Amino acid sequence: MAKRSAPEVNAGSMADIAFLLLIFFLVTTTIETDSGITRRLPPIDPDVPQVDMRKRNILIVLVNKDDQLLVNDDPLELKNLRQTAMDFIDNGSGTGEDACDYCQGLGDPTSSENPQKAVISLQNDRLTSYKMYIAVQNELVAAYNDLREREAQRLFGLRYREMEKNFADQTWRGDRDKLKEQLDVLRAMYPQVLSEAEPRRRE
Amino acid sequence: MSKFKKKSGGGTPGISTASLPDIVFMLLFFFMVITVMRQNTPLIENELPYADEVEKLEKKDRVMYIYAGKPLPRYQEQYGTEGRIQLNDKFAEVSDVQAFIEAERASRREELIPFLTTSLKVDGETNMGLVSDIKQELRKVNALRVNYTTREGDAAANLQ
Repeated sequence: MAKRSAPEVNAGSMADIAFLLLIFFLVTTTIETDSGITRRLPPIDPDVPQVDMRKRNILIVLVNKDDQLLVNDDPLELKNLRQTAMDFIDNGSGTGEDACDYCQGLGDPTSSENPQKAVISLQNDRLTSYKMYIAVQNELVAAYNDLREREAQRLFGLRYREMEKNFADQTWRGDRDKLKEQLDVLRAMYPQVLSEAEPRRRE
Repeated sequence: MSKFKKKSGGGTPGISTASLPDIVFMLLFFFMVITVMRQNTPLIENELPYADEVEKLEKKDRVMYIYAGKPLPRYQEQYGTEGRIQLNDKFAEVSDVQAFIEAERASRREELIPFLTTSLKVDGETNMGLVSDIKQELRKVNALRVNYTTREGDAAANLQ
């Protein structure tokens, strides 16, 4: 039998395969974006009237210079902060027009009246480390988000964190107006009232 | 039969290199796409803390970056080991923040100015005193939207 040389491989489709791969990677790679906790600083406005708040409606979260946590003057572990904050916000001991009909808290008369009045005041020392501060901020934001999550599932059968994500996503296909309406309802039920005081020195 | 004429020198034919440019271009495009251009060369240590309740910072044209942290070892002789602010590749003082924000605002499109966010990229070991000073300066120039930029992860990881 005559010995035949191997036929040359047709390379014409190689370019197509290369483009296919290129497009695949183009579509699947996401460019890294920064993410973080977004907050609004209070404006410097000396004319703001001092709102008279009852002591029971304020939860003072203090982080001292050794990164220890004091909540209303009691020491607390960071892992318990979220639950403590949720209990405080969701307490709902108000009566009459301050009543909170969706709160599921204990109704402790020494704690907050309703989520609209409940203020968490975050105080820190100048020597507090930034990472501890962020951890505390994260837990407090998580407390609000967990409560909104619960209400989102009860009222709309949706997941709050997913709703937030969809709302931020410009390519999301869905009823944006309805979503915004629902988010506004949840945000009004549990407004994030987190006051960041200027640090003070505590001995 | 001349139809099945034996070819002379029946060695293996060379592999076609026609697709090589395609492959090279593919790699080129791939790296072009995934590369994030660094705007600032860090002069400071920048180990961001962890958090999981985060929002994404999209639209780079609406973000201003302020870095802070301990100077890198090679700058420590000159700038010490205390936390410092870095603005645009240079070490800066707290008093420079206002001018920086004004300059950033001037360089952006006017209609975007109300939506500008300040991204604070602060090293986890920095004292809050410095961060509070920056926040105070930002309040003075009415740049109230801030984002504490973090890495995604469990907040408890910060305590280790």
